[in-house]
Amino acid sequence: MTFSPALEEKFARILTIYPPGRQRSAVVPMLLYAQDEIGHVSQEVIDEIAHRVGIAPMQVDEVIGYYSMLHRKPLGKYHVQVCTNICCLLVGGQSLLEHASKTLGIGNKQVTADGLFSLEEVECMGACSWAPAIQVNYDFHHKVTPERLDRLIEDIRKAQGTKQVS
Amino acid sequence: MPVEIDVTTVYIEDRPYPMDPEQNLLHQCLSAGFNLPYFCWHPALGSVGACRQCAVKQFKDEHDKHGRIVMACMTPASDGTRISIKDSEAAAFRAGIIEGMMLNHPHDCPVCDEGGECHLQDMTVMTGHDYRRYRFEKRTFRNQYLGPFLNHEMNRCIQCYRCVRFYREYAGGADFNSFALRNLVYFGRDKDGVLENEFAGNLVEVCPTGVFTDATLKRHYTRKWDLEFSPSICTQCSLGCNISIGKRYDTLRRVVNRYNGEVNGYFLCDRGRFGYEFVNSERRIRQSRLRTEAIGPDAAKRHLRDLVASNPGVIGIGSPRASLESNFALRALVGPDRFYAGIPSSELELLRLMLDILRSGPAGTPSLREVESSDAVLVLGEDVMNVAPRMALSLRQSVRQQPIEIAKRLHVALWQDHGVREVLQDAKGPFFIATSSATRLDDIATECCRGAPDDVARVGYAIARALHSSSPEPQDLADNQRAFVESVTNAFKMAKRPLVISGASYRNIGIIRAAANVSRVLPGATLSFITPECNSFGLAFLTGTSLEAAIKAKPTAAIVIENDLYRRLPAPEVDSFFSQCAHVVVLDHLENRTTTRAELVLSTATFAEADGTLVNNECRAQRFFGVFPPSETIRQSWQWLGEWENLDRVIADMSGGVPGLSGIAQAAPSAAFRMSGAKVPREPHRWSGRTAVLANITVDEPKPPVDLNSPLSFSMEGNPDQPPAALIPFFWSPGWNSAQATNKFQEEIAGPLRGGDPGVRLIEAGQGEGIPMASRAAESDEDARLSAPNRDRQGADAFNGALFASVPSAFQPRENEWLIIPLFHIFGSDELSRAAPAVAQLFPDPYLALNADDAAKFGAEASVMGRNLPVRVTPGLPQGVAGLPSGLPPLEGIMLPAWSGISRI
Ligand code: SF4
Ligand code: SF4
Ligand code: FES
Ligand code: FES
Repeated sequence: MTFSPALEEKFARILTIYPPGRQRSAVVPMLLYAQDEIGHVSQEVIDEIAHRVGIAPMQVDEVIGYYSMLHRKPLGKYHVQVCTNICCLLVGGQSLLEHASKTLGIGNKQVTADGLFSLEEVECMGACSWAPAIQVNYDFHHKVTPERLDRLIEDIRKAQGTKQVS
Repeated sequence: MPVEIDVTTVYIEDRPYPMDPEQNLLHQCLSAGFNLPYFCWHPALGSVGACRQCAVKQFKDEHDKHGRIVMACMTPASDGTRISIKDSEAAAFRAGIIEGMMLNHPHDCPVCDEGGECHLQDMTVMTGHDYRRYRFEKRTFRNQYLGPFLNHEMNRCIQCYRCVRFYREYAGGADFNSFALRNLVYFGRDKDGVLENEFAGNLVEVCPTGVFTDATLKRHYTRKWDLEFSPSICTQCSLGCNISIGKRYDTLRRVVNRYNGEVNGYFLCDRGRFGYEFVNSERRIRQSRLRTEAIGPDAAKRHLRDLVASNPGVIGIGSPRASLESNFALRALVGPDRFYAGIPSSELELLRLMLDILRSGPAGTPSLREVESSDAVLVLGEDVMNVAPRMALSLRQSVRQQPIEIAKRLHVALWQDHGVREVLQDAKGPFFIATSSATRLDDIATECCRGAPDDVARVGYAIARALHSSSPEPQDLADNQRAFVESVTNAFKMAKRPLVISGASYRNIGIIRAAANVSRVLPGATLSFITPECNSFGLAFLTGTSLEAAIKAKPTAAIVIENDLYRRLPAPEVDSFFSQCAHVVVLDHLENRTTTRAELVLSTATFAEADGTLVNNECRAQRFFGVFPPSETIRQSWQWLGEWENLDRVIADMSGGVPGLSGIAQAAPSAAFRMSGAKVPREPHRWSGRTAVLANITVDEPKPPVDLNSPLSFSMEGNPDQPPAALIPFFWSPGWNSAQATNKFQEEIAGPLRGGDPGVRLIEAGQGEGIPMASRAAESDEDARLSAPNRDRQGADAFNGALFASVPSAFQPRENEWLIIPLFHIFGSDELSRAAPAVAQLFPDPYLALNADDAAKFGAEASVMGRNLPVRVTPGLPQGVAGLPSGLPPLEGIMLPAWSGISRI
């Protein structure tokens, strides 16, 4: 399997930074880079990465299973992650999740029909001081209220309607 | 020499106990007899501190009343440590941990296969957690198909991680893992499929719950407490692993490990664990017959007696899969001169040579425990995983010995499993393999060297030469061979406990001699020979005449015991032997081609119905006891053949009459042995249905069958105390219903069983009673002139052996012929496990093994020795060498290695 030149370049660099024989240390960054480009980690990607670092595909699978940020199924273009861990829970994280579910019309770990959004309930993201917190792709949003959440979603939808968001 | 160990004092509930500071508190508390619950720790796997079940309270000093909770398995037993197991906080903590595990554990003990021998049940009871407060949903998983041996029921998992640690780290498996996190952790394969590792069956005992259970048992399920057990010995390879066999009614239900600290320790291979089902096979001979007529046992025996009386020239053909007693009984009946080994001379000669080598020393032959602690290993010409599987598991641990020194230097305690693995990473000690094709241990090998069997021998000779100038020098080694020899030599010079492994697989005398030379010039080395079958060495003690000699004798009558001659020699030779022999008597338990040639077939006991002694590859004589009561129609070979009153009488005659066997009586207590006047019960005291089992026939309770051959009873009555190690039918102790009860039978956890591990070694290095060299057929060989080395290294004084002088010449490929070597399969090469349905599912189809170049020439199918076979590309086969699977019908009678043409179809 071949990846885009940009991704290939990242892979080539990351594989050189570990001591010889320790290439498997590159598994996590490689998976993240691949997921960023492809949107999720497919079996093909798993096999290829396993091959490149010299371990069994199952050992890559194990890493994916462990890190909740790695996904084996396609996500929405915008992956909305709502924290319901203790701090966020105390200030409305749970109802925020329920609200997001209603607004988006999807449940936990589901994707909207147009493929634009997916929703996931997540554990603490380290943003407790600004709870309740959510994360959309790599962007954090702090002290989120249902209204702010709706506006955020609305903005994305609009932007999507007028121009291609990359 | 006894090693002095430091002893420290640890206070438990303010009372002093002597303990080993090199160990952790859990290990030492259990050794001292305390009941302390645990899950993630396993005596063979060490500590990881993952389950938090072994909590105890530790106190700074005698004034500390507060203490703090620590995990016993993660705390060294250092001097002056003060702990409390009973402390109420620690006890509440342990109960709380169990409660936590139980949140997701299903409530299915009554229908769970593990019920009644479940470590989780035992530990739950031990902690006192007895009330379920959690009323919500439990997480559930989809289970996987894992092959014919194991069921998978993931909902029962308590995330102790033992399975994955055993499978991946201990047994070297690659197709099993833990996935996901939190309460969704999943243990299994990445998709459904047969588990590839040959030791997967141990998960039945390693998993403390019912996630992995025995799928063969499930087809004829019985609870542990309803099984009747016997201490037995695995008959499916030469290592003689100790097993506990369980039956109910007329069927053998399962085999589990029977701990023997020197031999199999905690683990068996899957052939040994699941191959037992041949005992229940449809092919069993349950009734004697004269030609085609069934006859009763008395008539059968009379017929045999008459036949022997009227044919003074009758010969006996013994078997390497029959007990010493049965072989001896045949020898006694026909006379030592007319008793033949039942194996070809190519094999018998090698066995006799191996015994001679072991007798003359100086290298001793190691037990599996010693194999495990070897710190540099050379394998000459054996595919250990497929021929002597359990030894491969020991070798996987041996490669850790040298790297472990690093951990010691860093003061990482060796029981700290995770710490040690972090230090070791991928480091492996010196392990070298010289064979004719790839083996299943290549992944841990420092270097492998491939060559035809003669070249393997030459490499061995070259190593001996490099170590000592008195050993002969093979000429013209190839560069890769030289490099290999250099690596092995360097590693061996540094090693403290080097080991050489060799055997009879390639039927190559040069390999065995070379292995002997290496072991003889290397101070401190041990030498392990792998023999083909469970009693190969025992047979070689009894006779030196081969099957070919039996055929040449052209007898008018022959008695064959427990031996399918069609697996030994090519069919035409066996056919002509049987056609010229007017009277053939066969004693066996499964129908085979040999039984079809017999005038008289005597229905004979399998290991599960028999008692006797087997001599394993380290010359350890071990006794096995049957689990089925004596039957009217099925008898043991020695019972058919003689008039001995019981097994002990046979043993007495044999140990008095056969050189080298005088020690065998000590392999186990005699039938007269009693504990406080009572026998050892084969049945657990909770065995149920004693009065109901026969209720449809009679409501009177029948007297239990009498066992004349052993101190074991066919009943639940007897002395419930721990019997001597050789007589332990099953491991059980109050509160310990699972296999973990083994703890209670050991002198120290993972050490010898109380009173010493069972078995007697018939040969200690250089001390054997010895069959004089001159009696061997190899006498004419130039090796009779052995050169004596000048030993200039330390230990020279102890050296009284000699070195073999004849180096074979280098293998020459032929123009249009290939040297066909045997290739072995753990599932398929062995005769008896072939009749076990679960094992049978994993047999390969017959094939012709070729290297990639040859395979390209011949395509998908080729013709060899008159058969068309699919071609399988087999890595490592040298040019001019091909292979056929050993023992696999219809190829089983072909004597390999042999030269043969191969042609395109
Ligand atoms: S499957 Fe068994 S051995 Fe493996 S983690 Fe679960 S309980 Fe432990
Ligand atoms: S290694 Fe050999 S003796 Fe041990 S269980 Fe396996 S087949 Fe039986
Ligand atoms: S609890 Fe939500 S970010 Fe920490
Ligand atoms: S046995 Fe000590 S923590 Fe698991």
